[in-house]
Amino acid sequence: MATSAAVEKQVRTLDEATVRFCGDSGDGMQLAGTQFTNTSALVGNDIATFPDFPAEIRAPQGTLAGVSGFQVHFSSKDIYTPGDTVDALVAMNPAALATNLVDLRAGGILIVNSDAFESKGLDQAGYETNPLENDSLKNYRLYPVAMTKLTRAAVDGLELSQKEKDRCRNFFAMGLVFWLYDRPLEPTQRYIDDKFGKKPEIAQANTAALKAGYHYGETVEAINTQYHVPKAKLAPGKYTSIVGNTAVAYGLMAAARLSGKRLFLGAYPITPASSILEELARHKNFDVLTFQAEDEIAAMAATVGAAFAGAMAVTASSGPGIALKGEAMGLAVMTELPMVIVNVQRGGPSTGLPTKTEQADLYQAVFGRNGECPMPVLAASSPADCFDAAQEAWRIAVRYMTPVMLLTDGYIANGSEPWRIPKLSELKKIEIMHPGPSVNGDKFLPYKRDERLARPWALPGTAGLEHRIGGLEKQDITGNVSYDAANHQHMISLRATKVEKVVNDIPPQKLDGPPSGDLLVLSWGGTYGACATAVHNVQAKGKAVTHCHLRWLNPLPKDLGDILKRFKKVVIPELNLGQLRTIIRAKYLIDAVGLNKVQGKPFSVGEVVDKIEALLKGDAKDTEAKAEPIDKKAPAKAVLEKVAHGG
Amino acid sequence: MTVELPVLKPADFASDQDVRWCPGCGDYAILAQMKKVMPNLGIPREKIVFISGIGCSSRFPYYMNTYGMHSIHGRAPAVATGLKCVRPDLHVWVITGDGDGLSIGGNHLMHAIRRNLDLNIVLFNNRIYGLTKGQYSPTSPLGKKTKSTPMGAIDNPLHPLSVAIGCECTFVARSIDTEIKHLGEVLTRAAKHPGTSFVEVYQNCHVFNDGAWAYAKERESKADTTLELVHGKPLIFGKNRDKGIRLNGMDPEVVELGKGVSEDDLLFHDEKAPEPSLAYLLSRMRHEDGFPEPIGVFRAVEAPQYDAMINDQVTQATNERGVGDIDKLFASGDTWDVA
Repeated sequence: MATSAAVEKQVRTLDEATVRFCGDSGDGMQLAGTQFTNTSALVGNDIATFPDFPAEIRAPQGTLAGVSGFQVHFSSKDIYTPGDTVDALVAMNPAALATNLVDLRAGGILIVNSDAFESKGLDQAGYETNPLENDSLKNYRLYPVAMTKLTRAAVDGLELSQKEKDRCRNFFAMGLVFWLYDRPLEPTQRYIDDKFGKKPEIAQANTAALKAGYHYGETVEAINTQYHVPKAKLAPGKYTSIVGNTAVAYGLMAAARLSGKRLFLGAYPITPASSILEELARHKNFDVLTFQAEDEIAAMAATVGAAFAGAMAVTASSGPGIALKGEAMGLAVMTELPMVIVNVQRGGPSTGLPTKTEQADLYQAVFGRNGECPMPVLAASSPADCFDAAQEAWRIAVRYMTPVMLLTDGYIANGSEPWRIPKLSELKKIEIMHPGPSVNGDKFLPYKRDERLARPWALPGTAGLEHRIGGLEKQDITGNVSYDAANHQHMISLRATKVEKVVNDIPPQKLDGPPSGDLLVLSWGGTYGACATAVHNVQAKGKAVTHCHLRWLNPLPKDLGDILKRFKKVVIPELNLGQLRTIIRAKYLIDAVGLNKVQGKPFSVGEVVDKIEALLKGDAKDTEAKAEPIDKKAPAKAVLEKVAHGG
Repeated sequence: MTVELPVLKPADFASDQDVRWCPGCGDYAILAQMKKVMPNLGIPREKIVFISGIGCSSRFPYYMNTYGMHSIHGRAPAVATGLKCVRPDLHVWVITGDGDGLSIGGNHLMHAIRRNLDLNIVLFNNRIYGLTKGQYSPTSPLGKKTKSTPMGAIDNPLHPLSVAIGCECTFVARSIDTEIKHLGEVLTRAAKHPGTSFVEVYQNCHVFNDGAWAYAKERESKADTTLELVHGKPLIFGKNRDKGIRLNGMDPEVVELGKGVSEDDLLFHDEKAPEPSLAYLLSRMRHEDGFPEPIGVFRAVEAPQYDAMINDQVTQATNERGVGDIDKLFASGDTWDVA
């Protein structure tokens, strides 16, 4: 690393910072964000990320619809969210500036590729005049950088087309931001060598652009301060940066190993769940079978078949796919076979917002099948937590012989955080019993239950246990088809009771804050980070508020009813219109208040803080989070107006 | 020391459940043949699994004393796919019908066939929805009047074997519920075929569509309306075996033997033809167009099987990279230590 700065620069130490890279979806912003994240993790910061990209792979270049962004929050303290506002914004074109400026804090660093601010680009972004040339950006520390020209100069002489040369711009931007936040280039250099090893010209060009960006930061006089964010104090251990979907895949693989099973994944490609299929497909030498089915229905049906065959059977999808799987999930409930159904929730209904996050599939998970069709449901709270939640899902599935649904969401599926890598030997074994061959010729009773009401998992190939299962109502104990009225009522109750018994495996609910008081914040799933941070912020101001975050949504923890009664008010922040709130109100008859947001985005900490403070002041109405201006024709104008009004 | 397998009889394959098809249903004959075929395969009973969807035919697994699953409408091929991928050692049958297999489950049937999983699919074709009491099915003829088509069906029927051949099925055959010897032989061959075998059985629903296959089943007419395929032999049919099928350009035609036409002029059956064109041509021969409808094995070729390949990839990956080490995997990529 070059250390001799040509210009005298100050170094300031910060507790934390948030950076966002944004540009056209072809500008490589996801890569820039990922590299910055990994490097920040490697230097020992705590991290939380928020990749945000359009559903279109390549919307028309330069348009507002095509803007892709990646936000990284890195810190020397524990953090749980990618940050409400941005300290430094890198905008590769006018459209990216127009759509992202709103999140840059006043006085924040704004680095723009000034070469992209020409008439066409400005026009597409809705700018009538060039914002770099008037004083509309005066509230920010604006650094216009001729990134296109500088990148071209850096790669000059390499045998590459103009297009290929320009594609290195994201590495220039990375290099500059790496300098700005005092990050090493080596991890990115390793990435380049690894990724482009077979294309040495491209590797060379990216390296040159990366270094040019870094040196530009070092030498250009305008940028006179470098920032340093020290290491975070994490628990001792070996760490890596992990995204939620990889953590799900790893958790499933660990669970398969811990239970001595082959892992079978039946899946159909769907955003934002596909990378679970892709990750598992890479690990066939772990006895992992991945079946890309012809559709979601087949993926679920094959999962049922694989469960019958004796594998650890899993399917992974998102809302629209889960809807298609509904009937086969009913078969799984009726046949009482263990399997895991992962729903990486996205914005709905219908196709909805495929690349955006939401928590609106809770009703679907708990109730969304025909008939009385109970299924245990749990939700992961963060990217790394997906690893534990996946194992937990399988443990419950086999203990109770039931399909289990694991909810995650687009935000934690794509977001990353540091993960303390466990040793396989530290993880709890998952015991599974299969009945052996019949020796005395007694008739096998496939629906005879143990104390948990779980039926035996008898595998095809076991002599003497031949039996037939299916979707028709079962006679208790024998499993034969039965249309008997009393038997149906009995079986419906049995299946419901069995799922309720899962509560015995749910540990007492943890509370963050006093055990009773004025206000309880009750949350579930991927909103953990925002809610935990908001509660900590309010607690730090000396106010009494308690946080209760649910892992299990069905059944709910045994002690939840008592906990709820100990608080005067309960607020439930959710990225839906109040689905957990409805369930809580119905089950515990308490008047819970909602904070509800359905904008395809996670909660900001500020939104939850505001709600908590309003409730502490006595305002007990349900609220919906405020949306940003929806006038997409002139967002730049709206943003400029907001800026002009000091927003 | 060798362990002698117990000698099983057809009765050993009967479950303890009462069979509840309507008296006189063609399904009884198919069930009886299946029970007869099973002991001769030399496969232990516990290794055999029957998977079905929904419909009259799909009750079949309940009546076989093997492993079985009566799954959901149309999805049996997909359930069987998951089962067979995980356990290629099992001998798996899929029992379906014309509605279950070709309508609601058409997609799964098509994909199971093109993957050439080692499954035996038997489609009971009665050209009607029986279990829902008499609506037209995807194999009902045009103009068919049923409860849901009081003015006659207006959609073109599907022909199951043409569909299977279109999906590159490696074993395609047809038989008739009442031709019990022939049916037994076809099921036996299907069972022994490596890869997907697809058997269409003309099956009579005497409650809702009685006589749909009368032309192919009645003693007086069947010799003239059906043609038994024999590999390597000319296509000859008729009570007096005096008619045959000859190719005229790309099209088959019915000719009378003698009168200048000899057996050598006829189309010879070749079930092992690598191209499915001949099998497809045979599947297009219809009674309504004046052709005898072939029964027997249309096509029997070998091709790689999905269930074997998905497991071969596991073996190959394991040979190349060793048995996966979880600790190593989790610690791969960029990591850092916190003391």
